[in-house]
Amino acid sequence: MKISVLFRILAVAAMLAFAGSLTASAQTTPPAANEKELLEYLKQCPPGQTCNGRVSIPDQKSATLVQNGRMWQERMEGPVKRWGGWFLIAVVVLLALFYFVRGRVRIDSGESGQRIQRFTGFERFVHWLTATSFILLGLTGLNIRFGRSVLLPLVGEDSFASLSQLGKTVHNFTSFAFIAGLVLMLLIWIGHNLPAKGDGAWLGAGGGILKKGVHPPAGKFNAGQKLIFWAVILLGGAIAVTGLMMMFPFYFAPLAGMQLATFLHSVMAIILIGVILAHIYIGTIGMQGAFDAMGTGQVDLNWAKEHHSRWVAEMQGRKAGAAE
Amino acid sequence: MARMKFLCDSDRCIECNACVTACKNENEVPWGINRRRVVTINDGKPGEKSISMACMHCTDAPCAAVCPVDCFYKTDDGVVLHSKDLCIGCGYCFYACPFGAPQYPQAGNFGSRGKMDKCTFCAGGPETDFSAEEFEKYGSNRLAEGKLPLCAEMCSTKALLAGDGDIIAAIYQERVTKRGYGSGAWGWATAYKTGVQAGQGPAEKKG
Repeated sequence: MKISVLFRILAVAAMLAFAGSLTASAQTTPPAANEKELLEYLKQCPPGQTCNGRVSIPDQKSATLVQNGRMWQERMEGPVKRWGGWFLIAVVVLLALFYFVRGRVRIDSGESGQRIQRFTGFERFVHWLTATSFILLGLTGLNIRFGRSVLLPLVGEDSFASLSQLGKTVHNFTSFAFIAGLVLMLLIWIGHNLPAKGDGAWLGAGGGILKKGVHPPAGKFNAGQKLIFWAVILLGGAIAVTGLMMMFPFYFAPLAGMQLATFLHSVMAIILIGVILAHIYIGTIGMQGAFDAMGTGQVDLNWAKEHHSRWVAEMQGRKAGAAE
Repeated sequence: MARMKFLCDSDRCIECNACVTACKNENEVPWGINRRRVVTINDGKPGEKSISMACMHCTDAPCAAVCPVDCFYKTDDGVVLHSKDLCIGCGYCFYACPFGAPQYPQAGNFGSRGKMDKCTFCAGGPETDFSAEEFEKYGSNRLAEGKLPLCAEMCSTKALLAGDGDIIAAIYQERVTKRGYGSGAWGWATAYKTGVQAGQGPAEKKG
């Protein structure tokens, strides 16, 4: 399992390094001494490429003649904000609509009064470590992308700048906690999140969320939860890698790579925030008895039988076996 | 109202770096920051050209557009300035700038950037003109005294011109006419989106 994580990280890094290597030939010299051709060469410096000359200053970044950031700027300020913004609004609106139409998913057979241990203290710690850091990262991150349009007009320049300054520091340092949480989460739960029999049927039935009384069987994690797990690990992992690239600017990639990293980081983070909003919904107001799993670690037995019947059978079988 | 611009005549630039030295001295630019730099192409070969580069104070400045805290502003003269008090050192303005003008001191661990610093056209910053704070943060404010940036004033060959865009364009056109050819003002198409293109000297137009 560690290998698959490593492979994924290497794949993203390799992709970005490849993009960067495409600009490694940025140390080109212009084609000719001719005035006109020189200007054409400079005007056509491709997006993300740094076209250099020679400088006597030791810092080679001073050798830049021209670099193309216009496409990156227009993309970040245009589609990312527009599509990303509307996507997040749509998620919230759809969740609200779902709640008003379907209502809270109740325990059909009522609470049994009996509890069963679902998550250990360590599992809950890992979840809350990841969750809390994600919320901090998400809020400060959204401020960087959208704050200027949304918050600045409300609080004014000075307050907004101080807030953003603090936000940037929080964002950078919290990232380590998030990465630690991701790694731990992968280690303790990957076994339970591999595709298994019944996942297809569960997904086909929509998890039974739309109809009362429909409860397809599921193990410790149902197929929906497995999707969330992999979204967090994969998207979160890619966000972490691009984020680390941004925290060590130009260590891993030249300009093109930095522009690509910022862009991907933004897009994937917005998608993951949308996914997590739905996850938070279902784990709190969306379903009766769900929060207990991560809150106290113990869930109502009827809730468990309805939503994770195979897991309950395993746990009770084990208990019966141990008792013998 | 005058629209301030820079123009570096690469036919005259001899890479003496007087502009670099003048800027560093006048604005007490910190170590490691190079507001102005001279870049040479085809060094040692026929057709060697040098260009003095700093912030071009673009018409539609991409740095200002992309800043998450909106710390940039444009004066009536067209000079693009920013506030170091609002800057959070995120580095986005550098990614967006076509000339790589924004620079950052290393403020902390890893790649942490301090407040962005760049050429101010010797026009200081948002602080009160001629105050100690303004000088400490942004360097000297020559424009408020009615003077032009020191880099251009100190240029030994008058390759670097700075001032009212119309006036320096006229000066450059005179040179182009005299020479009989024109390379086009470096960076003007990118920064100011003007019609100055390569080969628009009168000699080419006739042909």
